Amino acid sequence: MNRMTLDLWVGVFVAVGLGALLFLALKVGNLASTNTGETYVLKANFDNIGGLKVRAPVKSAGVVVGRVADIRLDAERYEAVVSMNIGSQFRFPRDTFAKIRTSGLLGEQYIGLAVGGDEQVFKPGDTVKKTESAMVLEDLVGQFLFDKAAEGKDKK
Amino acid sequence: MLDRATAALRGLGHRVTSRIWRLGFASRFFLATLLYSGTSFRRFFLTVREIYFTGVLSLIIILVSGLFVGMVLGLQGYDTLQRYGSSEALGILVALSLVRELGPVVSALLFASRAGSAITAEIGLMKATEQLSAMEMMAVNPIARVVAPRFWAGVISMPLLAALFSAMGIFGGYLVGVQLIGVDEGSFWSQMQASVDFREDIVNGVIKSVVFGIIVSWIAVFEGYDSEPTAEGVSGATTRTVVTSSLAILAADFVLTAFMFRGA
Repeated sequence: MNRMTLDLWVGVFVAVGLGALLFLALKVGNLASTNTGETYVLKANFDNIGGLKVRAPVKSAGVVVGRVADIRLDAERYEAVVSMNIGSQFRFPRDTFAKIRTSGLLGEQYIGLAVGGDEQVFKPGDTVKKTESAMVLEDLVGQFLFDKAAEGKDKK
Repeated sequence: MLDRATAALRGLGHRVTSRIWRLGFASRFFLATLLYSGTSFRRFFLTVREIYFTGVLSLIIILVSGLFVGMVLGLQGYDTLQRYGSSEALGILVALSLVRELGPVVSALLFASRAGSAITAEIGLMKATEQLSAMEMMAVNPIARVVAPRFWAGVISMPLLAALFSAMGIFGGYLVGVQLIGVDEGSFWSQMQASVDFREDIVNGVIKSVVFGIIVSWIAVFEGYDSEPTAEGVSGATTRTVVTSSLAILAADFVLTAFMFRGA
């Protein structure tokens, strides 16, 4: 085999291999959707974040507007402090509700922003005051059993 | 009686020390390969020729097995996921298992048996027919001229082959999951894109395949260079290449996975 055809085949191989990598990065992975646009930080305190993870989506009306950047525990108040990177084009009123929701029965957890009607909007670095913690299944079942027991006592 | 016991002990000791001696020699050989690899980049055609033999000729086996592994993942994944009513997550399952594990590992195992054994046999035969000694007589360094280009060709080919394997496997999973079974196409791709992270999953997969490429190529060129210059010696070295590199790939995969994916 002469040098030209060899070079050609190796060139095809390298091109196809790099194409596969590009396919993995853009079509399979999230490189395309990772918007490198301007973001600002909003914080929110939750009693319980359930299974929320860093990089989980922040959605408003179901549309992804940002991602969870950091989750820490406030050592004095024993609350979870969640920092979110929100796209700069989105501004939210100061009475916006931040709720931890689950997509589907077994899906990932995300933060849903329910917009209020305040005139003023959050400035970068602000903390969302109104929050709703994640539903913990054990607490729900416990509550249910407790209510049932209370009902039974009333009847007697 | 005592003689036998001491003979067994002596045999054991000899085996252990010879293994350690070989490990030391292999490490020194690895360093020498790196040291003399200037030629394989200055005269890049030497490496390109080897990329043709190790990479391009492995394409068919990698693509076909990738396709079948992906199709099996589609069938098995669907069967398990639909029990929990979450068959839409099939895309995530296929993509993550391929990109993180199966792509790098299976393509490295195939690469070891397809290309690694060929490299060992070639270098071993060159040694048996005294071509390596002839090169030394002509003041040509056989490590720079023969070993290093084959080593670098393996290191370059491996990540490309692994990426092709993963891409082909995801296509196979798509064929079975979406076209054959009828999982919703939109949720197949969108859920996959939502949970496959570029840095965490894809880059880590590429790092794995580069490490496997180094391991397989190193073992292959070393076994060839170190083989006994007889027909029997070359065949033994070829077998050792496949066995040792397969075990090394799986062991290294465990270590790398423990570092990379310990869970958030």
